[in-house]
Amino acid sequence: MTKKKINIQHHILIPKHIKLSEKEKETLLDKYNITLQQLPKILKNDSAIQNLDVKPEDVIKIIRKSPTAGESIFYRVVTNV
Amino acid sequence: MAEEKKETKEAEKEEAVEEKEAGKKEKAEEERIEAGEQKIYKQVKSIVFSVFSPKMIKKMASAKIVTPELYDKEGYPVDGGLMDIRLGVIDPGLKCKTCGSKLKECIGHFGYIELARPIIHINFVSIISNLIRCTCRECGRILIPKDKIKKCNLELDRVEKERGIEERRDKVKDIISNLKTINKCPYCKARQQKITLDKPTTFFENEKRLSPIEVRSRLERIPDEDCFLFGLNPEHVRPEWLVLTILPIPPVTIRPSITLESGERSEDDLTHKLGDIVRINQRLFENINAGAPEIIIEDLWDLLQYHITTFFDNNIAQLPPARHRSGQPLKTITERIKSKEGRIRHNLAGKRTNFSARTVISPDPMLDLNEVGVPKVIAMKLTIPERVNEWNINYLKKFVEKGSTKYPGANYIIRPDGKKKKITEETKEASLEEIQPGYIVERHLMDGDLALFNRQPSLHRMSMMCHRVRVLPALTLRLNPAVCHPYNADFDGDEMNLHIPQTEESRAEAEILMEVQTQLISPRYGLSVIGCVQDAISGNYLLTKELNLTRNEAVDLLAAIGIDDFSKLPRKENISGKEVISVLIPEDFNFTGRARSCIADSCKGCENWVGDKCKNDSRVIIKEGKLISGIMDRALLGEGSGLLLRNIHKKYGKKFTIDILGKLFRLGIEVLLKVGFTTAISDTDLPEEAKAEIKETLNKAEKEVDELINLYYNNKLEAFPGKTLRETLELKILEVLNKARNTTGALVAQHSDLKSHTKIMADSGARGNLLNLAQMAACVGQQAMRGKRIEKGYRERTLSSFKKGDLSPEAHGFIRNGFKSGLEPWEFFFGSMTGRDSLMDTALRTPKSGYLYRRLANAMQDLKVEYDNTVRDASKRIIQFSYGEDGVDVSKSENGIINVKRIIKSTLS
Repeated sequence: MTKKKINIQHHILIPKHIKLSEKEKETLLDKYNITLQQLPKILKNDSAIQNLDVKPEDVIKIIRKSPTAGESIFYRVVTNV
Repeated sequence: MAEEKKETKEAEKEEAVEEKEAGKKEKAEEERIEAGEQKIYKQVKSIVFSVFSPKMIKKMASAKIVTPELYDKEGYPVDGGLMDIRLGVIDPGLKCKTCGSKLKECIGHFGYIELARPIIHINFVSIISNLIRCTCRECGRILIPKDKIKKCNLELDRVEKERGIEERRDKVKDIISNLKTINKCPYCKARQQKITLDKPTTFFENEKRLSPIEVRSRLERIPDEDCFLFGLNPEHVRPEWLVLTILPIPPVTIRPSITLESGERSEDDLTHKLGDIVRINQRLFENINAGAPEIIIEDLWDLLQYHITTFFDNNIAQLPPARHRSGQPLKTITERIKSKEGRIRHNLAGKRTNFSARTVISPDPMLDLNEVGVPKVIAMKLTIPERVNEWNINYLKKFVEKGSTKYPGANYIIRPDGKKKKITEETKEASLEEIQPGYIVERHLMDGDLALFNRQPSLHRMSMMCHRVRVLPALTLRLNPAVCHPYNADFDGDEMNLHIPQTEESRAEAEILMEVQTQLISPRYGLSVIGCVQDAISGNYLLTKELNLTRNEAVDLLAAIGIDDFSKLPRKENISGKEVISVLIPEDFNFTGRARSCIADSCKGCENWVGDKCKNDSRVIIKEGKLISGIMDRALLGEGSGLLLRNIHKKYGKKFTIDILGKLFRLGIEVLLKVGFTTAISDTDLPEEAKAEIKETLNKAEKEVDELINLYYNNKLEAFPGKTLRETLELKILEVLNKARNTTGALVAQHSDLKSHTKIMADSGARGNLLNLAQMAACVGQQAMRGKRIEKGYRERTLSSFKKGDLSPEAHGFIRNGFKSGLEPWEFFFGSMTGRDSLMDTALRTPKSGYLYRRLANAMQDLKVEYDNTVRDASKRIIQFSYGEDGVDVSKSENGIINVKRIIKSTLS
């Protein structure tokens, strides 16, 4: 049996993950007046960001469905361990 | 303060809290002398935890303990004994030899004993083990090459700076764990041996025992600069200090003896333990000096190790706990501090409070919602301090004149110098003469005073609210039944607590932030947590549904709830209930809503919509303060449901809401007083044909089940996907029986007397539902355990009165009788089975969910919504980017939603 490669990003339960550019990252940190350490984290080998070509200290934007707000935006910083 | 902290800490764990700025302290000392009475405030900049050096122990000790004896023949403490009066005094009349002060003034002083041989401190075993495993056995250097040491230190500093001290500790662990496998010292090239720890306190090197002397000498060899990599600062903690050569003796004041009635003395557990230590230590000394054989010395040494270990901690897994002669384990230092009954959780975190009361609660609907009824006896014990000034001196003198035994009196007066004087019959006259501006009078609690009212568990902010006092006769605390819900209280023996704020500031805070009306709208769902309950709902339901009154009756009703302005009452002889309730509603209020009996989403196309009216009168319309149509029931007046109360609150504010709520509540009760309201067995009476019909339905259902069972036995049943045949049968049987029960329920609803009070209660939502009624009148229904019919009991059957393998409804917990007609024995038994099951379930679930909640609350207690709408923790890390993902403050919304349409409509009009 050959292994079928599944792109988990296309699953309906996985919210949209987007990598922020350096510039977007700066404006984000500026907006909330924070350092990278104060952002929530996401593991580098999290399945949802495998094909985004990320390295530690990148910021991921997550757009997910929310029961209260319809759509909510969340940011996470990529970390090792 | 700093001094005291130091004492306890030292006594507890041999760890001292040292103030870093010793120089600064001296300076402060000078200032204190200069300033005389003036208070000196100091700020704690840092706290350093360290371990005592033997030198330090000797220096702070005021006595050397050499004998295990406590008292001589006259009962006087022996010099050099454990109760030496140089260690402080616990007997009245004696003076401390060290500081010269008397009992209660002397805080006690440490002593010390010199140990014959070094002893390993039980709480430092893991650190010692790390230290000797990761340093060279020959030269004492850490097993990291020279060039890497610096790198490690820099790495540690970086981690601390970036992620805090906790992470640094983790990093230290990381570095150390890698060293244990190195077997060659990078400095002197000596081969390292494998060191194992035989718990609790014995070390082995290659099966050969390492004596504490050897361990200590290895620790001594570790150079200062290597200590940092273990997370130790050699200035405060030299590794060899972890092995005891001198043991500090805690002052007698922390281990006082008690004199029994018989005149006998009973010593504290710690004193007992210390006696053991001193005795064995003495024996060890003698044996060593006498040149006893090595075996004897080693045995004594081990014994001393045991006693000192249990002196610190008597709950070591590998050691038998030291016991009293009676067999009960000794409470030594660790047990004093640890766990729920320990010093921290019991005495420091959990404090007791004055000016508080606790008794059984009972309801009183004639109280306002923000009032609490306080028994007179309690009101005479709880006091409020009032400062005397020119303007109130005569007013306060009246209290003093009454004394402490007559009701609005006073218990104490406080002079401006802080001296408290009790007011008694004898001192009354003198106090009255003495009193002048500047004095404080502690007067009895009176009507209108503020009090905090609380019921545990305090899971809510609404579990503790501020009420106004009403002093009443009898012995229970009284509250309006409408505020039961936020407290989750009932009157089956519940007790509640009352606290009286004592300062002007605390009273202001309680009034503005905590009074009942400020807590109306729940931060959980944005609706009122307080509403009408029980009688108040059925009363208003009856009033708005069908009541027609004469003018006299209507005026009576309104007067009874405290309304004296009848101008809103229509000028005619016959007045409907809707017109009565309209008197309470402000004239510019408009509202539309639905009662509970409403079945559709909108009136358009609703089967009950006949002409331009609802058949059930469930469309509630309030226009310009008049209730035009609709019945007021739980959906409108109850807590947490409907927007009527929410809208009144929004438009007219909290004070008005609580006022109208109290009036509506009392109106409901007055109505019931007028019409009379009860419940009886006859409420469940059904006409004969209804009974026959119910019987018919049940018979049909049982026949249907029989057929299903036959199909099953003949293998003609078709299995559901993913289910076995048997499971399919069970599901089908359950479905049939449930349907039957629902049909009987509908029959009961259809045939029962609409005017019966049980039905009215169910319809208005005051108490009970149609299912309860059906269970009484017709059929109790299937008893289920774990979502299945009852299966357990005997082999292949539930009870011995059934045949084996009986699959009939009857044999598996279907109760076809109603409570009124009475249950068959087996039916009753099945009912008891599920009854006990649910009882056990709640009894087991409550503590579990309580603990879960506690953990949740503790984990989230420092989260806060910042000004930029983000939710952050104490170190400003982001938890949510917008509070609740939509940024809505629920307590300012309606049921979690902000109704933009309504806002636009109300602004435009």
